[in-house]
Order: sequence, then C-alpha cells, then structure tokens
Amino acid sequence: MPVSLSDLEAAIRNAIPVAHLEIDDQSSGCGENYAVLIVSEAFEGKSTLARHRFINEVLKAQIAQMHAFSQKTFTPKQYEAYLQKSS
Amino acid sequence: MLRSAFRVTRVSSRLPIFSSPTLSLARRYLSQETRSKIQDAVSATPVVLFMKGTPDFPQCGFSRAAIQVLDLHGVPPEKMKTFNVLEDSELRQAIKEFSEWPTIPQLYVNGEFVGGCDILLSMHQSGELEDLLEKKGVIPPVAEESQAPGSPNTGTSSA
Repeated sequence: MPVSLSDLEAAIRNAIPVAHLEIDDQSSGCGENYAVLIVSEAFEGKSTLARHRFINEVLKAQIAQMHAFSQKTFTPKQYEAYLQKSS
Repeated sequence: MLRSAFRVTRVSSRLPIFSSPTLSLARRYLSQETRSKIQDAVSATPVVLFMKGTPDFPQCGFSRAAIQVLDLHGVPPEKMKTFNVLEDSELRQAIKEFSEWPTIPQLYVNGEFVGGCDILLSMHQSGELEDLLEKKGVIPPVAEESQAPGSPNTGTSSA
C-alpha cells in the first residue's frame, strides 16, 4: 500500500517538535519513494547516524512499505547555516 | 489492516553467504548462525558495502551513488568488498535486521555501520568521509596535512 504524505507528516510531528519539514514524494505521486528534510531541536547533540536511526524508528511502519527513503536532518541552527551555504 | 505477506522462497544453493535451506524457515528473525555470518563478512574487509547490483553494474541510483563516492575517495579494490543483495534475497532481508536499518545500500567500515547513501553523501560533502577513511587506514592521508607519521589512534569502536 502506498504511504500518504499526510501520514508521514503526522507521524513526524507527533514524535518531535518540528521547526521545518519538507517531504518530497520522489515517485511522482505513487507514494513509494520519499525524501524528507526535518529541522528539529530534538536532534541537538545527536550524531547524524543517531538522528537517522531515530527517524527510521519513528517511521518504521511507513518505511517498511516504501521502495526508497532518504532523509536530511538538521537542528535549527544547522539548518540556517545550510540555507546560507546554498544561497 | 493489511499485513504484507512474507514471501518464503526456496533458497538457491549458489548463495554467496547463505547456503542453508533451513534459513527460509527462519525468515522472521535473525538466527544466530546468520548473524555471525554477517558479522564475519563485515569484519573481514575494511570497507564492506551491501548494495543492489555490482560496482560495475549498479541496479539502483542510491547504490550507484554510494559506489561512486567510495570510488572518488580512491578506496583500493583489495580493501573493499561488495555484496549484491539482489542476488541473495536472504541476505537482503537479513542485513536489514542485522544493521537495524531499513534500506540498501549499507556501508560498513572496519566492522562498524556507517550509514546509507544519504549519510554517505553528506559525509562526503562535509569531508567527514575522507577523515573516516584516512583514520581507519583505508586511504593514505593527504601528504601536507600529516606531520607525525604513524599516529594510529584508531579506537576500536565495536558495533
């Protein structure tokens, strides 16, 4: 069964405080391939791997139904720096 | 609530790692035997990548990206081993349970799980990947940086 974007969003927002969230369905609307960008202070002090594992856990049920999933995680400060770099 | 059916396929005998037919029964959990086989595999070579396809013929964009990044850093072929999970459906499932990671590709360096494609790419961009590979002795350090040769501070961080 394809995963709905709103389902993903709800799961993430339920788990952690979200400063900014982008969910991209890369399967052209098929709900099978998602890339997420999450900005949250909950990531403070966590290594990248720890953050990804945490999100994997939060979205365990959904990821199991996807063909592909990728994520970018930032603390609010890191996200600002990231935006600066890309502008 | 639909539960996705577990497809139990007969295990072919030419599996690179797994040759026991009883594994098809043990699909829902990772047996000790399977676990130690994977543990051996990830410790046997400095850089181990579980991917879809092969380095010459990757079968997925994420796996291709992972191979390309490792190639960019000049990981010598004798220090790297890849496993094609498309050829080995037991491994494909088992490695996800072993690593507690839901997707392929998966990279191990010196027996330690590093991450998947997106982690690899961001470590590459930040320079962290180069640092890691240098620190673990996979690639030689850049000449002008290292003043003191032989500072093998490679902590044995076990997975």
